Amino acid sequence: MARRLTSSKKRYGETLIRLALMACAAVSVVTTVGILFALLEPTVEFFREVSPGEFFTGTDWSPLFNPSSFGVLPLLIGTLSTTLWACLVALPFGLGAAIYMSEYARPRTRRWLKPSLEVLAGIPTVVYGYFALTFVTPLLQDIGLPVEVFNALAAGLVMGVMVLPTVASLSDDAMTAVPMALREGAYGLGASKLQVSTRVVVPAALSGIVASFVLGISRAVGETMIVLIAAGAQPTLTFNPYEAVQTMAAYIAATGIGDVPTGSIEYKTIFAVGATLFAATLVMNMVSIRLVRRYREVYE
Amino acid sequence: MSAGRLGLPGLGHAPEGGGRYVGGASRRDRAKGLAFQAVLLFSVVIGFVTLIALLVDVANDGLGKLSWDFISSFPSSLPSRAGIQSPLVGTIMLMVLVALFTVPIGVGAALYLEEYADKNRWYNRAIEINIQNLAAVPSIVYGILGLAFLVRGLELGRVLLAGALTLTLLVLPIVIIASREAIRAVPASIREGALALGATRWQMIRRQVLPAAIPGIATGSILALSRAIGETAPLIMIGAIVFVPFNPTSLDSAFTALPIQIFNWTTRPQEDFKLLAAAAIIVLLALLLTMNAFAIWLRNRYQRRW
Repeated sequence: MARRLTSSKKRYGETLIRLALMACAAVSVVTTVGILFALLEPTVEFFREVSPGEFFTGTDWSPLFNPSSFGVLPLLIGTLSTTLWACLVALPFGLGAAIYMSEYARPRTRRWLKPSLEVLAGIPTVVYGYFALTFVTPLLQDIGLPVEVFNALAAGLVMGVMVLPTVASLSDDAMTAVPMALREGAYGLGASKLQVSTRVVVPAALSGIVASFVLGISRAVGETMIVLIAAGAQPTLTFNPYEAVQTMAAYIAATGIGDVPTGSIEYKTIFAVGATLFAATLVMNMVSIRLVRRYREVYE
Repeated sequence: MSAGRLGLPGLGHAPEGGGRYVGGASRRDRAKGLAFQAVLLFSVVIGFVTLIALLVDVANDGLGKLSWDFISSFPSSLPSRAGIQSPLVGTIMLMVLVALFTVPIGVGAALYLEEYADKNRWYNRAIEINIQNLAAVPSIVYGILGLAFLVRGLELGRVLLAGALTLTLLVLPIVIIASREAIRAVPASIREGALALGATRWQMIRRQVLPAAIPGIATGSILALSRAIGETAPLIMIGAIVFVPFNPTSLDSAFTALPIQIFNWTTRPQEDFKLLAAAAIIVLLALLLTMNAFAIWLRNRYQRRW
């Protein structure tokens, strides 16, 4: 007679362990919920005092002055401006480095090149900030650019170098996932290496490359220390890269240093700006995650 | 995808050569190929050049200030007497606490997702996407979370425990992702063998999967820790910026950390403090380098290829 294959006695310990491990995984969900709640309540309170219209279209950000003004545009433009300079470095050179690693470098070279490039991503951002302020800005002045001591350009360029390995590493992953047959087919038709790289591999890996770009931009938008140290603390509405600007993240940190009293309007601005920053990066991260899934589905 | 859509030369074009051409490539095409390769090389080199410039800049500024006195003195308002004892101790204590918190939770979550979770359930998929997303949330947002919930909400105050918990939440997704990869690399045959011999699921995990995955988990965790001790923005938010000329003694003492001290000195207008910042950067980078080297050694020494 056949015996049941399930265990003869209930194993409560096993269930307990399963629940404990599940609880560990739940911590990440609690973190997200925590972030949402932490941001939401003070933000709602903030918008009771300041109309969303003023916040999103106002061109003057001076919450500590009297009369105060709460237009977030200067912070948004500051963020956009530094991010733009970061992108000019990180996106083309990140993609270039990725093409080199996946198409040109020998496997042995690639094996040490990729981790060494990732060292750049492991350097603390406060160190990059120091570098931007004490090396890059004086360098820009030396070559004759009229940059101020604090400026968007130096901060943005250094931020670009910080983001570069992220773009390079993820794009390289996407390009190495492109099947060899596509390359061989192109070579068989007489294509050169340049053509195979730019017209076969890059288009075939495009969703992964775009994902790396979007994630890189999201990193730059949320980066705090470099801009806090090197881009200044003046929320000016300007795209001029030679002038000081303040980004959203830098504003949050600068206000955090000041130990503002709980419940005050300055305290609430941290959360209103934080919610804006979080929403912006969340959308970019979700787009990036979606795109990565797409190329994984196609090729793996 | 057809060759035409990919922009390949179709019929009627002369075959162009490059790396391994058969016919003769025109001189122009070869020049184009070489120029492209030069651009690619430049893209790779630009990162390393910046890294070298950064290291030289920091070494130039900071090496002169680096001494045993600098490491053993407390921060001071006089540049000549200032040192990094309390920030260094603070950073090491943060590191130990973050390791104690993140490794069990991170490995637990990774085990759940890899060994127990049914991937077809919506909530398990939600947890996965959630972790990926958390890994990309700006660190300053974790600082806001720490400020609102830990410092003000739970009224922990601006103390060591609040800093450690904030950094724990920040690096947890990284530890989970790294641990999952290590666990996934253990072949299914090991699991099946254990189960076939009558092991329960937990016995199989505890005695077979975990021991095999430990090198990978350790490597990932050390890298995550090195990220944690370099973080500045979240600690600024929870208010570790104050002048702390003493070592933290318990979970609820005020604290400071190396990156905070570096930031503090960098923003002072006096040139002397900038040099101190550079010296502190050297110490921080040396600490990170040691951790990274240890992680790489661990991976090469113990990682098994199945």
